[in-house]
Amino acid sequence: MCLGVPGKVLDVQGMTATVDFWGVQRQILLHVVDAPVAPGDYILNHVGFAIRRIPPEEVAATVALFEELLSAGKTDLMAGEVRAQVGEVDASDG
Amino acid sequence: MPPTASSLDRLEFRDRDQVHRLAARLHDQMQRLGGERVSVMHVCGTHEQAIARFGLRALLPAGLDVIMGPGCPVCVTDLPEVDEGVALARQGVRIATYGDMLRVPGTAGSLADARSAGGRIDVVYSIAQAVEMARKSSEEVVFFATGFETTAVTTAATLLSDPPGNFSVLSAHKYIPPVMEIVAEMPGSRVQGFLAAGHAATITGWGVFEPFVARHKLPVVVAGFEPLDILAGLCGLVDAIAAGNAAVYNLFPRSVSREGNRVAQDVLWRVFRPIGGRWRGIAHIPNGNLRLRDEYARFDARSRFEIDLAGLWQSAPSTLVQACRCGDILAGRSSPEDCELFSQQCTPENPVGACMVSTEGTCRIWHEYGGHLDLRSAP
Ligand code: SF4
Repeated sequence: MCLGVPGKVLDVQGMTATVDFWGVQRQILLHVVDAPVAPGDYILNHVGFAIRRIPPEEVAATVALFEELLSAGKTDLMAGEVRAQVGEVDASDG
Repeated sequence: MPPTASSLDRLEFRDRDQVHRLAARLHDQMQRLGGERVSVMHVCGTHEQAIARFGLRALLPAGLDVIMGPGCPVCVTDLPEVDEGVALARQGVRIATYGDMLRVPGTAGSLADARSAGGRIDVVYSIAQAVEMARKSSEEVVFFATGFETTAVTTAATLLSDPPGNFSVLSAHKYIPPVMEIVAEMPGSRVQGFLAAGHAATITGWGVFEPFVARHKLPVVVAGFEPLDILAGLCGLVDAIAAGNAAVYNLFPRSVSREGNRVAQDVLWRVFRPIGGRWRGIAHIPNGNLRLRDEYARFDARSRFEIDLAGLWQSAPSTLVQACRCGDILAGRSSPEDCELFSQQCTPENPVGACMVSTEGTCRIWHEYGGHLDLRSAP
């Protein structure tokens, strides 16, 4: 659950950002992010909230792990959490 | 299947050379300690997942024990807290919660049981969805909120942004720093240092661990979630232990600063106050639970509803539940292999304890990744 997942901000309307996670778009809330967010920025998503704006120089390193995770099988726990965070599957199985 | 060649192959993408250099360095460090055993604890389900997934325990020197402590928020949700959710559902109140909570056993059944018995329980991915449910309806919606500070921040932000009047929160949120104190003070504790989770520290900042370090003279290393992050964190920790340096070391500077995310901290403490309470199987943790402040009582399910727990507590826990060693595992005193039910009577399909339910629970993680996490103990 503490695995925040990085995504790219496409659009910002008030306190809601549309964020792209590997082709899946999600509405992410900006109430607790540490810095102002604009289209093109990357944020770390934790249960529907941006908890951090990722500084540009750190984007590549942050995204790399998740790229690998997303290619993992369905039963992989970390991959499952990433998928739930990006909304590919819903998190409904306990 | 133990995590063997395949998990090590996967490391290549994170630079196999560096991984092996770090592992070699760890072996050297341990050798210099002359056969002394070293025990360190991490307090994060995601760290355990990464350690298991990448087969990192197989790379560690024999004398180094990396224990998973109480890093799974669902697992430390106490029975009476689950009972409150179950009781509300049985009283006909609509509940929304995170998926992991569904099958966690309470004193008399889980939320999933309450759902089979006709209770209305929705699984949501974010509290924002629970608020949406409340907006679209005139009936009461209670969000059963679990998770550590990183998640509590999102609950707090939600209550500060004017949710509808039929929305309330049943908080089982927990705060990590106090439990580290209790674990460090447990009689017979072997823990010589802590690996702290990068993303929780993203919020709190690494400075939050300074009082702990001053009191207990134990090092804390903040680490990220990649294999290299974790190995580097362990190197740092063993170095600090060998040198007797009790300090906080931030090895995840790409995400964590000393102050952390001030906006989030402000939101968190405006809505929540820490109170003492039991963590399942571990102990009473002073300041370990997060409850809504009085100003937000109107959103507090505990003040909004009469929660009928007495009705639930007629039935005692079954003997299987009493055999569960989750508490000892969460406190770092046992591992799943010490539990005779592990992967036998207790599986993710039929969990006996919370540690087998949650994807962050030690038993579940060990079960999914093969049961034997240490190649030295694999058949
Ligand atoms: S294997 Fe099951 S019964 Fe045993 S400690 Fe883990 S959760 Fe409890």
